[in-house]
Amino acid sequence: MRINGFDHYPPQDARRLLSDYLRHDVGLTGTHVGCEHGVCGCCTILLNGAPVRSCLMLAVQAEGHEVTTIEGLAPDGEPLHAVQQAFHECHGLQCGFCTPGFVMSVVGLLAQHPHPTDEEIDEGIAGNLCRCTGYASIRRAVRRAAELSR
Amino acid sequence: MKPPRFEYHAPSTVDETCALLASLEDAKVLAGGQSLMPLLNFRLARPAHLVDINRIGGLDRIYERDRGVAVQALARQAAVEDSELVASVCPLLSAAVRLVAHRVIRNRGTVCGSIAHADPASELPAVLLALGGHVVARSKRGERKIEAGGLFAGVFETSIAPDELLVEAWFPKSPKPFAIFEESRRHGDFALAGVVRAGDTLALFGVAPTPVLADAKDPSRGLQPSSDLEATPEFRLHLVRALTLKAFAA
Repeated sequence: MRINGFDHYPPQDARRLLSDYLRHDVGLTGTHVGCEHGVCGCCTILLNGAPVRSCLMLAVQAEGHEVTTIEGLAPDGEPLHAVQQAFHECHGLQCGFCTPGFVMSVVGLLAQHPHPTDEEIDEGIAGNLCRCTGYASIRRAVRRAAELSR
Repeated sequence: MKPPRFEYHAPSTVDETCALLASLEDAKVLAGGQSLMPLLNFRLARPAHLVDINRIGGLDRIYERDRGVAVQALARQAAVEDSELVASVCPLLSAAVRLVAHRVIRNRGTVCGSIAHADPASELPAVLLALGGHVVARSKRGERKIEAGGLFAGVFETSIAPDELLVEAWFPKSPKPFAIFEESRRHGDFALAGVVRAGDTLALFGVAPTPVLADAKDPSRGLQPSSDLEATPEFRLHLVRALTLKAFAA
């Protein structure tokens, strides 16, 4: 499968979750694992450009598809992706555990709604849990990311 | 929190899938995986075989048929949500699918998967029942149509046989007025209770082992909803009455 533009060997075991394959086999630990049943949103990645939960997919299912993880948004040495820059500017994170999942969900949200309304923002981030920020700064970061993406 | 051991199969055609389902003991069909994968991770489901249908080509169509809209097994909920055809023929389905979990889940989850999974608190089975739709099940024995009224057999149980694949769900054109309302503790959670109105027909979800049809004048009659940490039976009955009033106020 192609991950962040590079080809990788397929997983050895059909039981391997995509989230574990990314972290343990490929070494891309930016994708975080929280609940492992699709509720927390920390493991969100892009599959062919659309955000999905990597803990609710078997790695073998991603064979032949394009996977983008948080590491793929801004390769080393490149400026931050607009969504990352916005989270940085607006203090959209504290401990950072939920952040990769939020960023990937927001990338998907802005692809669907480049100029999101407040309601669309709430709808777009409702599937991700953050226990630090209280979400106000994350909402601001989404608005800022939309501005930066223009 | 890792799936138990299983044998993985990834057929590339419906015929191949039906052959597998006919020959394997204790097989589960894996479509979007947004319900089945959590069950596997929790080890609440331990099928010996997983038959992943995601490699089947041409099974993701959403098309007009018999003055309604047919949604094939691999059409994602997000595709149904964005479909102009669904919005024009069956806007009730467009409204209902937006209540299913979150967009990130809908990017992967399928409409047919929600129906085959038959969670009693799920929206889409109740919509199929309210509209009087049907599903098409295929097996090596042939193809048959199962009306919504005869489909839901119990909690997570349907009349789809182990060797059958649900290939398509058909939703009739939505009558006017229509409405779907639900109440949940958190956005995107399963509903404590919900109501679907399609013209004069009322279907309820979250208050019985399966979605049920009810009389709009006395919607909570005969119901014995379950009790859990989130709601008492009395509260669920109250929600049914309040949401029915709201749905029929239009």
